Amino acid sequence: MKTIQNIGLTLFLAGLTVFISLIFIGKYEVTPQILDELVSNKGIKSELFINDMKAHVVGKEFSNPFSFSSEITSALETANETYKQNSEWGKVIWDKPHSLSYEIAKKSGTGIVKENKSLFWWLTFGLGILGALMYIIPNVVILGRPGIKNNGIWFDASMNRGWIGWFAFVFLVSFYLLLYFRPDFIVNWTYVVDPISENLSGNLASQWFLYGFLYCTVMTVMAVRMYIKYRHNKYQILRTTSVLFFQIVFAFLIPEILVRFEKPWYDFKNAFPLDYDFFFSWNLNELMASGGLGLFILVWGVVLTLVIVPVMVYFFGKRWYCSWVCGCGGLAETLGDPYRQLSDKSLIAWKFERWIVHGVLVFAIVMTGFTLYTYFSGTEAVLGIKTQTIQDIYGFLIGAIFAGVIGTGFYPIFGNRVWCRFGCPLAAYLGIVQRFKSRFRITTNGGQCISCGNCSTYCEQGIDVRAYAQKGENIVRSSCVGCGICSAVCPRGVLKLENGPEDGRINPTEILLGNDVDLMDLLKQK
Amino acid sequence: MEHIVIIGNGISGVTVARHIRKASDKQITIVSAESDYFFSRTALMYVYMGHMKFEHTKPYEDWFWKKNRIDLKTGYVEHIDTDTSSLLFADGTNLSYDKLIIATGSKTNKFGWPGQDLKGVQGLYSKQDLENLEVYAPNNQACKRAVIVGGGLIGIELAEMLHSRHIPVTFLVRESSFWNGVLPKEESEMINKEILNNGIDLRLSSSLKEVISDESGQVKSIIIEGTGEEIPCNLVGLTAGVSPNIDVAKNSNIETGRGIKVNRFLETNIPNIYAIGDCAEQHEAIGNRRPIEAVWYTGRMMGEVLAQTICGNRMAYKPGHWFNSAKFIDIEYQTYGWVWAQPKENEARFYWEHESGKRCIHINYDKNTREFLGINNFGIRMRHEFFDKVLTEKKSVEYVLEHLADANFDPEFYKLHEKEIVAKFNIENNTNIQLKKKSWKRIFQTN
Repeated sequence: MKTIQNIGLTLFLAGLTVFISLIFIGKYEVTPQILDELVSNKGIKSELFINDMKAHVVGKEFSNPFSFSSEITSALETANETYKQNSEWGKVIWDKPHSLSYEIAKKSGTGIVKENKSLFWWLTFGLGILGALMYIIPNVVILGRPGIKNNGIWFDASMNRGWIGWFAFVFLVSFYLLLYFRPDFIVNWTYVVDPISENLSGNLASQWFLYGFLYCTVMTVMAVRMYIKYRHNKYQILRTTSVLFFQIVFAFLIPEILVRFEKPWYDFKNAFPLDYDFFFSWNLNELMASGGLGLFILVWGVVLTLVIVPVMVYFFGKRWYCSWVCGCGGLAETLGDPYRQLSDKSLIAWKFERWIVHGVLVFAIVMTGFTLYTYFSGTEAVLGIKTQTIQDIYGFLIGAIFAGVIGTGFYPIFGNRVWCRFGCPLAAYLGIVQRFKSRFRITTNGGQCISCGNCSTYCEQGIDVRAYAQKGENIVRSSCVGCGICSAVCPRGVLKLENGPEDGRINPTEILLGNDVDLMDLLKQK
Repeated sequence: MEHIVIIGNGISGVTVARHIRKASDKQITIVSAESDYFFSRTALMYVYMGHMKFEHTKPYEDWFWKKNRIDLKTGYVEHIDTDTSSLLFADGTNLSYDKLIIATGSKTNKFGWPGQDLKGVQGLYSKQDLENLEVYAPNNQACKRAVIVGGGLIGIELAEMLHSRHIPVTFLVRESSFWNGVLPKEESEMINKEILNNGIDLRLSSSLKEVISDESGQVKSIIIEGTGEEIPCNLVGLTAGVSPNIDVAKNSNIETGRGIKVNRFLETNIPNIYAIGDCAEQHEAIGNRRPIEAVWYTGRMMGEVLAQTICGNRMAYKPGHWFNSAKFIDIEYQTYGWVWAQPKENEARFYWEHESGKRCIHINYDKNTREFLGINNFGIRMRHEFFDKVLTEKKSVEYVLEHLADANFDPEFYKLHEKEIVAKFNIENNTNIQLKKKSWKRIFQTN
């Protein structure tokens, strides 16, 4: 079994190595036709840019994406600068430099990867999936009989912030930085998934398609790990199946198929304000131009946030969304599960959490207020602040840096719910409902707690579960996503997630059950 | 300001300190020689197994004590001078008190086996025991085999711990079946199977004769009583129970028996000195309980009660209905009320076991009055409040079976077995009990 695991690990690392090395290979050559097409498709009027491209890029062969990208982005920036100085606004190209560079690279790439897309899919994704499964599946035997087997987690360099954890951190952070800010460096990765994209939407793969496909793949493979690790626990099995289903069907397949039918790309489960650009004017305009379906999406989006989400939280707690449906939660609960014990349980971390997560919620609401005001009034700025600016700041700081780079990149250091705990405005909103108006709680079983701390250690949201359980109090916390692991790891059967009457949901106790009945009555009366 | 000094920072000592602080402004000092801060003793096993770090076993962050004005003092109390109301520490310093609470816990039983004090022979109770385990059994290279002596809760925990590091374990159990002085035959046999299924070499009806030393004074092997079989090993775990750790009270005027003798108010023979937790021994046992109760929960309960007395609301220790829990490798165990290893004369039993052989319930009731007396549940979680109420109100066994759905505390979506259980009871007892649907209303009336 160990041998199979080692072979699996080798295959996985080989796939990862090929995947990383793809960044550094490939050839790019812009033909005059490509440039002409680009100019006419995008209506580019920047002569400086076109001339610069003709002089320095067209007809030349670039052997890596970095020099290619730097030529194009500098051509763009120099041209724009001049036009802006001369106030020739019509000639400025408003595309983000690296996005434009990506578009050109995607068309002008040649070489081994582009010519052997399927082969390279197998060498990257194929090896990665196969290797990971060969590493994971023998755990059926290695972990021992079904039950909680957290043996050695804190001795393992991949899970205790050891050197493997730091390596994973660097890899994940770099991945997100490339994805969000240097898509033109990862054109080769998108070639690898082109065939799949063409089958689904009919289009070539963008970096976002690549991300979506990778996301689903990683979740599926790591869900297998969850199924094995928690095979004795039906709650975990169902929950994992549910997040996997919603990710693959709702976040990946349906939107791609919508695009195939020339409808707007839309993830029906992605609720505002997590879906922070839902009310952006380009989205509203696109939806309104898309006929009946567009209007339906518009209404659905509003109803989802204002009615469905809070009503469901009332009945089931925010877990129905955060750990049964949400894509971010889905990744956290599969890829992130090995890191759950790394979340900070201190009181100070809780304070930070409340300020930051509610701050993001306020930011999202203010930004959306600006957006809607601008949309209906037609003015570009509110109180002297340009709506576009505040949207860009939000998109950069929250949408990219917080949700992506920090939110997922920091899994191996701060635990698997960094985004959900500290950053997600939807989680903050659901949390407020859960705390003040919900039937959900984690019931503490009388006086059975032995303060061992397994629950707190394995709470991904950094809740000090034990602090409540050892006092015989139920756990009612806005941040709880109801993953159910505290209940699973409890050795004494103390914790149960349940939806019950609101009466007695929060039950401060002085004296624990099992002691003198008179004493309990006495202290209750006080 | 009255100065309350507590010797021992385990669950009893810390609970009494916290509750005194809640109810008063007294000066509180907790003394410990074991650790700087309170940690959960029951969690030591998880540190060795790599589930947690030692940090995680501390239920309160380090700032908690200062914030709540509970002074922590590290030191070993050599002598209690009851005349001058002061403590003498091993380092020669003194500390005077107005009221003294002794909460020194237990120590591992050693029954005079030859070689019982060799290196690599130890119990599993204290932080130091955990540290020693890392010295003598860090992995299966340094420790080729471990022998555990004594089949109780600590013994099986130690077996599970060593097993988690792939160290072969021989488990000597004096009784003919695991913990059968406490568990009925069926449950005991279920745990025997669980031990064997995990590849642990379980030796029933086997006792230790002696521990053999190597040249360096470290354990080399053990010899089994009777058969004389020699088992080479690098670690011997002594887990044949614990007894009160009362060294501190020796050579003082405090009355001791096996433990420190206390009355119902947890008062010793010396005014202003109290004892709680594992180290306390009741003059007369309470109900069916033992005079010495070395259980996490009872230590905590004594701490809760004594705080009232210390704060001027003199109150007897009157524990409610017995309950306890444990985990035997993968099988969780809870018990509410009394289910003896052997039924008493007036008692009848109902036993149900799941086909997997890893789940069961065992109900004890009075065959004349039908009163429900207690339940053991293995592999199924049950609500404490439900059974507490049932026992207080002296409900019948039929009532319990009828409301079994209210009692269940398993995670959502787990397969429930109540129908099967009730059906079995009906067949065996010729009854016609109908299982009621789970009712939130009933469950929350128990509050």
